Amino acid sequence: MTGRIAPIRLLGATVMLTIVGAVLLPWEIQLQKSGREAGFRTVALDLSLREQIGQSGFLAALSGFRSPVAAFLWIKSHIAWENTEWGRMAALFETVTTLQPHTRLYWDIAAWHMAWNASMAAEQDKNQQSEVLRQRTSSQYIDLGQDILERGIRNNPKDYYLYERLGILLRDRRKDHAGAAEAFTKAASFSDAPAYVKRFAAYEMAQVPGREREAYDRLKALYVEGEKQRLPTLLKLLGQMEEKLRIPEGERVKPRQPAVINQSHR
Amino acid sequence: MKAPIFSTARVMAIGRNTFTELVRQKVFYFLLLFALIMIGSSSFLAKISFQGEFQMLKDVALGAMSVFLCLLAILATAMLLPRDLEERTIFTILSKPVPRYEYLLGKLLGVVMMLALSTVVMGMLFLAVLLMREQVVLADTHRSLAGSPQELAAAIAEVKRSAFTWDLIPGMAILLVKSVLLASLTLFISTFATSGIFAILVAACAYFIGHLQVTAREYWLSGIGMHWWTRLFTALIALIFPDLQAFNLTDDIVAGVHLPMDVFWQTVALGGAYASVYYALACFLFQNREL
Repeated sequence: MTGRIAPIRLLGATVMLTIVGAVLLPWEIQLQKSGREAGFRTVALDLSLREQIGQSGFLAALSGFRSPVAAFLWIKSHIAWENTEWGRMAALFETVTTLQPHTRLYWDIAAWHMAWNASMAAEQDKNQQSEVLRQRTSSQYIDLGQDILERGIRNNPKDYYLYERLGILLRDRRKDHAGAAEAFTKAASFSDAPAYVKRFAAYEMAQVPGREREAYDRLKALYVEGEKQRLPTLLKLLGQMEEKLRIPEGERVKPRQPAVINQSHR
Repeated sequence: MKAPIFSTARVMAIGRNTFTELVRQKVFYFLLLFALIMIGSSSFLAKISFQGEFQMLKDVALGAMSVFLCLLAILATAMLLPRDLEERTIFTILSKPVPRYEYLLGKLLGVVMMLALSTVVMGMLFLAVLLMREQVVLADTHRSLAGSPQELAAAIAEVKRSAFTWDLIPGMAILLVKSVLLASLTLFISTFATSGIFAILVAACAYFIGHLQVTAREYWLSGIGMHWWTRLFTALIALIFPDLQAFNLTDDIVAGVHLPMDVFWQTVALGGAYASVYYALACFLFQNREL
């Protein structure tokens, strides 16, 4: 390419660019603030992430390809799953959720892999002779799954789904009915939550010793809502609570009969 | 008769001509084909669950669109002036009553037309793939879910929520805005660059620095424990380079974050402001350049 430009003109252009930059700066800052308030640009790409995803991945993430990098690592985590490399999976999940903290799928599936698949695999690990150590490792994976969901909730506090998943984890893997009831109650407080979440909260409350009255009130409130809520589990638990609380015959929803509690929750 | 200072017809003529030249280049078809294959095959990449599939599809397709548009904006624009100089067409154009700013605007317009066409083609293919997959998954859901009507409705709502959202449209528009900004920036660089390769390299560097600009800006504005030269350096980075992270909205849109219209329009306006500034500076430098 031929032709030259006077250095003074080039310097003038640089000065103009700097002045324009100063004029646009408050706008950029304000736009960043509005974006963050709306849930954009909330991911901090720091050196710990650089160590996790390597230089090229970090560069790609910095260059506006955060989401495709997360997708690529997600696929890698599934390859790790096929090879039952639980530790590697945990590390990959950590990176994926750091890159895409607003994708609930990543939190949900990562927690499921840890609290169910990895935990069960540790429980049945034939290479580990000690039953105590097997149980301990299994429990640690459940803890990890719970931690993933709790972090997911912190990143997506307006999403009912992760609260529901936390409730299921506490119910099925921890047998923590009080915690599960609390998580389901929180999930049910969102307008877009499915109706069954409210029932789940009442079912779990019915399992917590000392909170029968609260459980009864919830179950009865659901019963009053109409036919669509009067499912077999709800009716059975309602009968059981009426028995435990010695509700007078005239106030009972369910006529007195030997209560057989079915443990299934749906 | 004296020619008017600015003629839309002349700019459009140069723009159309540039557009025709660009779409006839093999590199355009190669890149477009590559992007279309990526978008078309994105639905096969992951079939982990219906949500996972849509997530992957959107990630890969929008990522491919972003890469293609940025590459095309830089590569196509960087070669415009060198090629015109080499083929001497610039002398034919500028010997007529065509001011240099019209020539540059026409060139930029041609690139913008090509970028817009590429965005529309890729966007339509992406949406077609997404909607087709959505229909397949919805049909599967209807077939396989034998629960209560409530549960079926919840599952269907979940599939729809995971697939197409209206926020994808402004998201793709922002990708176009970012590529137009990059085209304008590359045009500015090519007015003082000594070769097309040099312009491409400088534009690529500006692209990466632009994505890190926000880090420099925050560091500069915090002013904690900084020497004056560090402060000066970070200030220059923050002021000279555009904040390209402002245009990376699709990462969060894919994750389901809703894009408010005020943020969208402000981002478009910021992109437009930067593109205008780079065009104005390109004119300033090109005005007195010896050809």
